[in-house]
Amino acid sequence: MRREDVAPPYTAVARHGVFPTPSHDEAARFNYLANFNKYVSGVLGQGNALAYERRVKPAFVKEQGREPQDRFEIRAAMNRDPYHRFWSALKRNSMEMRQQNGRSMVLRQLDELDARARQYNEGRETLELDRAVETPRYQAAVDIHCMPGSYHGEERPGDVSAGANYDCGIFATTAGGLGALSDGGGQALVEWVRKERPGWEPRRVLDIGVTVGHNAVPLALAFPDREVVAIDTAAPVLRYGHARAQSLGARNIRFVQMNAEDLSRFPDGHFDWVQTTMFLHETSGKALPRILAELHRVLAPGGLMLHLEQPQYSEGMPLYEQFIRDWDAFNNNEPFWSAMHALDLKQEMVRSGFAESDLFTTGVVAVVDETIFPKANTGGQEDHGRAAAWHAYGAWKQAA
Amino acid sequence: MTEELDWVLRANAKAKGKRPQYFDDPALDRLLSITMALAGEVSVLRERLDTVERLLEAKGALRREDIETYAPDRDAAFERGARTREYIARVLRGVQQDLEALQQTEPPVEQVSRELRDS
Repeated sequence: MRREDVAPPYTAVARHGVFPTPSHDEAARFNYLANFNKYVSGVLGQGNALAYERRVKPAFVKEQGREPQDRFEIRAAMNRDPYHRFWSALKRNSMEMRQQNGRSMVLRQLDELDARARQYNEGRETLELDRAVETPRYQAAVDIHCMPGSYHGEERPGDVSAGANYDCGIFATTAGGLGALSDGGGQALVEWVRKERPGWEPRRVLDIGVTVGHNAVPLALAFPDREVVAIDTAAPVLRYGHARAQSLGARNIRFVQMNAEDLSRFPDGHFDWVQTTMFLHETSGKALPRILAELHRVLAPGGLMLHLEQPQYSEGMPLYEQFIRDWDAFNNNEPFWSAMHALDLKQEMVRSGFAESDLFTTGVVAVVDETIFPKANTGGQEDHGRAAAWHAYGAWKQAA
Repeated sequence: MTEELDWVLRANAKAKGKRPQYFDDPALDRLLSITMALAGEVSVLRERLDTVERLLEAKGALRREDIETYAPDRDAAFERGARTREYIARVLRGVQQDLEALQQTEPPVEQVSRELRDS
């Protein structure tokens, strides 16, 4: 057994000012789940491909006289396979347990967490909530990630339960792959931009779909003299995210409740960097192009647009891989995941106003403290949908 | 502790969105969720016992607060994690064996039995 076969302990998760305090047993529940998820994806996951190659595909070909034409046909066939069914049931349950475990830890100490958040939030102009912002249909249709209440739910008015629950359980579903503050994605962005454009200092950065700020706070800390604007439609995660950021010393980040489909509050060319991190798949077919168009409009000439997502389903990607990457869409309440990954994001960016020659793609791997947390696992043992490695779809807007 | 909220019941809230049914009999879906929760709680008990053992070994006595605030060092964390992994593998043995069975092509034992009888 190697060290990387075992998930890091929950006690290594960093506790910022509004992080819930785990009891011994609450930490142990997350330790169980983290190792369970590692085993189910890393050891048992490969059985899905075997079941497909050895019996599901041959049976399909025998019955239909042809191979499956798309990932949906594979899914329909695999959903009748006993191995895949059981594996999916295990995984779905681990997702539900992660929510129950997180919520029981958060809700039992909610009075304390709300009080701590208020201390960081009251009277601060860097938190702007707006009751007029409606929860869009793509956020309200189902509870994303099977999080009861999703990002916008409240157990009582004005609470931080949604943010605290989201934050405290990321460790379990990624088996620690995003690091002590679950911010390995944001730290990767900082590392990438410093290599790509040494010395570059964007005047203003806009992050869309910020939730609790994992990936935006590292940008604020990396550019302490610049302003980061972080928007989301859900007030509960913004309350928590703002308090979290303040406690981590990020005072130059403004959390604003706003729908990214309408950024009319900002003039053209207002930002030097517009960013989404694992967000576009939580929008919708009509919202996504509207958001990209607005982002292009508020981006200054010479500025950077960057989107971190799991890889798109290109024509070169085997259909089985597309199917297994779709698991979260139908089993973990990610209803736009499948359609979004089938889009040609580069073409979507061209439609938003870029020239083909402005575009680039690159790979980004989570930056974590590797003495404690694991390096991203990709390839055969990858936990699809949760791998701490992303494809970055970007563009530099042409200078005027 | 949060007073005005029955947090025990609220922690169990269902997420909006129809739950997929994985087995032909819905009772199997329910039984699996109960089995997995029980398996998790056994793991939690085992980890707690390990904490008690380590604290007693180090100090000869303990307060309950010591258990709640215990944080293993790197080696202890690995030993505990390795034991959790071993425990999970033991519980999921059947599924791992299903995986191994997929890697092989095996005739039924009845067939082997007939072959041995006749050879």
